[in-house]
Amino acid sequence: MTVKPGATRSRLDPEPMPRRDVLGLLSLWSMATALLFATVGMFRLPKAAVLASPSKKFRVALPDTLAAGEPFVPPGRAVAIYRDPEGVYAISTICTHLGCIVHATTQGFECPCHGSGFTASGEVTRGPAPRALDWLQVSTSGGLVTVDEGVTVPSGTRVPV
Amino acid sequence: MSLSLPRTPLQVFRDHLRAAPGRMVHSAFRTGTPSTDRGRSSFVFGNVFLHLHSVRTHRWSLRWMTTAGLGIASVAAFLITLVTGVLLMFYYKPYPDVAYDSIKDIHFVVPTGRFMRNIHRWAANVMVVTVILHMARAFYTASYRAPREFNWLIGLALLVTTLGLSFTGYLLPWDQLAFWAITIGANIAQSPREVTDALGITEHFDPGGLQRLLLLGSDTVGDEALIRFYLLHVMLLPLVAAMLMAVHFWRIRKDGGLTKPADVNQRLGPPPADVYPVFTEEPVKTYHLAAIVRGRTPAVGSGPEHTVPSMPHLFYAELGVLMLTLFVCTALALVSDAPLKELANAQVPENPAKAPWYFLGLQELVAFSAFMGGIGIPAIVLIGLGLIPYLDREEEGTGVWFGGPGGWRLVQRSIAFGFSAALIVESIAIRFGWLREWFPDIPQLVVTAINPGTVLTLIYAWYSVWLVRRYGSTRAGALGLFTCFLCGFIVLTVIGTYFRGPNWEFFWSPADWPGGH
Ligand code: HEM
Ligand code: FES
Repeated sequence: MTVKPGATRSRLDPEPMPRRDVLGLLSLWSMATALLFATVGMFRLPKAAVLASPSKKFRVALPDTLAAGEPFVPPGRAVAIYRDPEGVYAISTICTHLGCIVHATTQGFECPCHGSGFTASGEVTRGPAPRALDWLQVSTSGGLVTVDEGVTVPSGTRVPV
Repeated sequence: MSLSLPRTPLQVFRDHLRAAPGRMVHSAFRTGTPSTDRGRSSFVFGNVFLHLHSVRTHRWSLRWMTTAGLGIASVAAFLITLVTGVLLMFYYKPYPDVAYDSIKDIHFVVPTGRFMRNIHRWAANVMVVTVILHMARAFYTASYRAPREFNWLIGLALLVTTLGLSFTGYLLPWDQLAFWAITIGANIAQSPREVTDALGITEHFDPGGLQRLLLLGSDTVGDEALIRFYLLHVMLLPLVAAMLMAVHFWRIRKDGGLTKPADVNQRLGPPPADVYPVFTEEPVKTYHLAAIVRGRTPAVGSGPEHTVPSMPHLFYAELGVLMLTLFVCTALALVSDAPLKELANAQVPENPAKAPWYFLGLQELVAFSAFMGGIGIPAIVLIGLGLIPYLDREEEGTGVWFGGPGGWRLVQRSIAFGFSAALIVESIAIRFGWLREWFPDIPQLVVTAINPGTVLTLIYAWYSVWLVRRYGSTRAGALGLFTCFLCGFIVLTVIGTYFRGPNWEFFWSPADWPGGH
């Protein structure tokens, strides 16, 4: 923009942007768009399409002496497996509050972290846990029990041995 | 007239060689030895690190009572963690199991390794303390008021970054302490599910699950989680902190130095005879920029009265605080080792599993409701803190400790109120339990909404509204609320630290813990 002689603008006043500066606007907007896409892409990255986590399915043999209502916790798994006359079932021992491993007894479950208590079927009796413990999908074949920690089933679901 | 022989090229070369060291120094610093006032001024002005300071500093800013050196102590602690942290990185390997072994190596095998690890740990703790105290001093001296509102927000971002740095560092040893603190932390990130589950919409809208997934990079705390926390701890968060600090300091200068009371000159009185030199030479000031850029520029419009040269007065004070911080960190590192428990075991939680001490207040709240304690109440507190400078537009008491209507008496009363309210609510919850114990079938949403944490927050909010009306002043309400929250923070942290044992049950002393701890 040219300053006409006699104009009262000071040289310190900001110059208005020339209207037809198409190239400038174009580069500005292309940068904004690129930034937008780059940001979206960047936030896409930390969420992997396949999660690197150990297999959730495992197979165990229950001890023959396992009494009705007595929990069997396979080593290295956060699952309590039960067998009673109606069938086999598995309850996750991961606390629904903040994920500590609850302690399974014949009376129910106790969480060491903030004192949540659960009945033998996983219902909350006290403490901050917001919901009942998860029941997990179980299948049986040839005396072995397969538990899938990744699939929950309605509370009370039992599978005949 | 004596005849001077032309100097041989070799002689010229020798002269240049002789002069080289001196010229190198001169080219680096440009000014001569900074021995005069003016020399020191241009030294500060021309040095990229020192010029964060203005050349002259107001005497008010140098009083101990003004800042207690807390901001500088925070910087010092940060620098100490930076240096010791880089040293630890020589040996640390961010992979589960190997991580634990490498920390063990650092602790037991590497020469000075344990000392460096201890200093790093202690400096991190010191930094959390000084940052919180520094925030309290900025609040109580009403230093957040215009034009410093935005710097208060930068400060809040620094507070969050500082806590984030500590939290991410906590996982790195991969011991039991670390593993379970992070499990709990990650599940707190997931706790919006407490609400979405209760509403039955988690399948369609699950911000909690996403947050946890982004934090852990997997659905369990494993190698992905460790590398993410490592990245945050040694790269991202330190960079963010450094950048925020640069803006924080730059802003202090642009806001005209530290907050001073309106009647600062009367308060200070004439400078004592031993302060040298208060003002000896007219400083060379350039107004060129000031003429073009509108807005505040430091010290333009107010004379240099009551200022002293930053070099040496401010710099000695800063060095003093730096050395004191260093001394405290090394002394603590000598008497107390950083903890290292057994290797992380994903099947057996620590009992009790405690977060770092500054999160134990939150853990206490989390033990009532994961969402409210871990996300709801912290968010309310942060938003409240951020709003303070925009709601308190008053002028009375700026730059004065406990300045504003009510003053120190109001703060005293708020301390009493804040402590009693927190203690009473906690005692009820500890002695009689809470809603779930009284009405076993109560819906989760009710427990989320009404729990000791939210009740305490409401009591404090009500008290503060009452103060606003009683004194007709937002500042009075803010004084009360801030004090109450500090008291609540202290009560909850102390209970979480000293009075909670296995199963998060209340014990008068760890000696009473079952199982002979
Ligand atoms: C890593 C954290 C932080 C560092 C290193 C830091 C550093 C500093 C330093 C060196 C000063 C100069 C005066 C002094 O020493 O008090 C200062 C001033 C200030 N800081 Fe911070 N700070 C941090 C966090 C915070 C936080 C959490 C807040 C509040 C939310 C805050 C708000 C302020 C304000 C408002 C001032 C100006 C005070 C005045 O004008 O009197 N800062 N900070
Ligand atoms: S994790 Fe079980 S009660 Fe908190």
